[in-house]
Amino acid sequence: MDFLYSILVDPFVQMVELPDFFLQVLWEGFVAGVLYALIALGFVLIFKASGVFNFAQGIMVVFAGLTLVGLHEKGVPAYLALILTIGVMGILALAVERFVMRPLVNQPDIILLMSTIGLTYFLVGFGEFVFGGEPKQMITEELGLPTGSTAFEIGDGGLLILQHIDIAAAVIALIMVGALALFFNKTRIGRALRAVADDHQAALSVGISLNQIWAIVWFAAGIVALTTGIMWGARSDVSFALEIIAFKALPVLILGGFTSIPGAIVGGLIIGIGEKVGEIYWGPLVGGGIESWLAYMIALIFLLFRPQGLFGERIIERV
Amino acid sequence: MNARVQHVELHAEDDGLDPGDVMLKVENVSLSFGGVKAISDISFDIRKGEIRAIIGPNGAGKTSMLNVINGFYHPQEGVITFRGQARSRMQPYEAAASGIARTFQNVALFKGMSTLDNIMSGRTLKMHKNFFWQVLNVGPARNEEIEHRLKVEEIIDFLEIQHIRKTPVGKLPYGLQKRVELGRALAMEPDLLLLDEPMAGMNLEEKEDMSRFILDVNNQMGTTIALIEHDMGVVMDISDRVVVLDYGRKIGDGPPEEVKNNQDVIDAYLGVSH
Repeated sequence: MDFLYSILVDPFVQMVELPDFFLQVLWEGFVAGVLYALIALGFVLIFKASGVFNFAQGIMVVFAGLTLVGLHEKGVPAYLALILTIGVMGILALAVERFVMRPLVNQPDIILLMSTIGLTYFLVGFGEFVFGGEPKQMITEELGLPTGSTAFEIGDGGLLILQHIDIAAAVIALIMVGALALFFNKTRIGRALRAVADDHQAALSVGISLNQIWAIVWFAAGIVALTTGIMWGARSDVSFALEIIAFKALPVLILGGFTSIPGAIVGGLIIGIGEKVGEIYWGPLVGGGIESWLAYMIALIFLLFRPQGLFGERIIERV
Repeated sequence: MNARVQHVELHAEDDGLDPGDVMLKVENVSLSFGGVKAISDISFDIRKGEIRAIIGPNGAGKTSMLNVINGFYHPQEGVITFRGQARSRMQPYEAAASGIARTFQNVALFKGMSTLDNIMSGRTLKMHKNFFWQVLNVGPARNEEIEHRLKVEEIIDFLEIQHIRKTPVGKLPYGLQKRVELGRALAMEPDLLLLDEPMAGMNLEEKEDMSRFILDVNNQMGTTIALIEHDMGVVMDISDRVVVLDYGRKIGDGPPEEVKNNQDVIDAYLGVSH
């Protein structure tokens, strides 16, 4: 009975007793969720247009962040460095299309996946070679991003503290998602992207250039990576350790559906908030540390009931 | 027939060719995959305004021939001349841009998208407005979208598929999928339409419908058509000229009656006793 009580009742009692702390946990979870969503967004973009799971999305985040900070260290003004970094991501997109994707057209997906793993190692090596391996401080202030925090009083004497940078991250993520949704649903290129995802041959036959489409999605994914790099880098440092946060995107994608932009957002938020709340309120029951695997558990349970994810395109197959 | 169909204004662009002029010329084309020869030394032409059938037993190289024409395969030898321009190593999207549309033997549609979106995707090359305008959905882009939507609706009326306009095509029965695929090709307003077994797997009624559509496309829109088909009855009925392939070689070429009586063709289909 005691055990059941501590699982089913006690955590909720705690939540009600300390509402300001609970809100703080929710907010932290929300912010982490926004960043997960941004990473997942990069994956969704490339998956939608080519059916490729881009293993290199994580390292692209690091690479973009490093390029930005590295350029600034070499004396380039912050905004110019930002523009140059966007340029670098553009060049990267063109290079990936020309040297990785194009020679592998019509190969099985597993081959394309392997090629993105190769790309990961290349970017790790190249990044270390150019910018060195030690962690760097993100140039938050120079880019004009807000620092500092605001405290709200909750109830009697409770405090909710919001970091300004987190608020900025949420707003920027929102704008980005809106822009991408419009791009995908309203434009000719968006329709072409969806067409390419469905059937390469058919897309070619109506006059869509695969090369052009791939360069565009990789560039878009590069921009998303840069944004993620800045936001995540502002919270910790920019270092190659960030690469592994990419794996956080996996449960988010399973939850939200690999092809859905809203799915990436909602999935990210569910995982982010679920993780934090689980860790704080249920974690102590098993000695803590559940944050690292809870996301995968949630994803696993979802897979059982909705293999296409919350918002994934319905799997249509006529037999 | 629907009254609105009378107003269909879709037609092939004026390319300075008169009906009967050679539109596409295939000269001494050979294609092999590794050591396997799919096509050896084939020459034939397609004239403006005609329905040209390509027939032959399974594995004769018919589909390979279509793939060469629209740029999926690049022949090792030979020249293809389209509207007076010889081309080498043309990419499929370039072929599409120059006015060649096609359908596929085993239906290649965008299964997750609706009928409307599938056919709309055929207009890709005709839409030119800046995508920033498209995002905002104002001014010129809006007008452009409406204009293309009208064309697409005409095609939907023409093919009598109004009722499945919003259905994801993956859910449709095979015969209707074939029809949607034809619609997408028509949306490109092609000069040359390549149809790879447009009637495969259809029942008699569906075949009759499809034959009617093909003839109407040819008559009303003036589109030149090259088609691969196994149903000899249909081929003999609707085509103006027939080219016969067997083991990658051309064994017959001419009007249907002539081909029907060609001894090589009869042997290829019925087998010869040795």
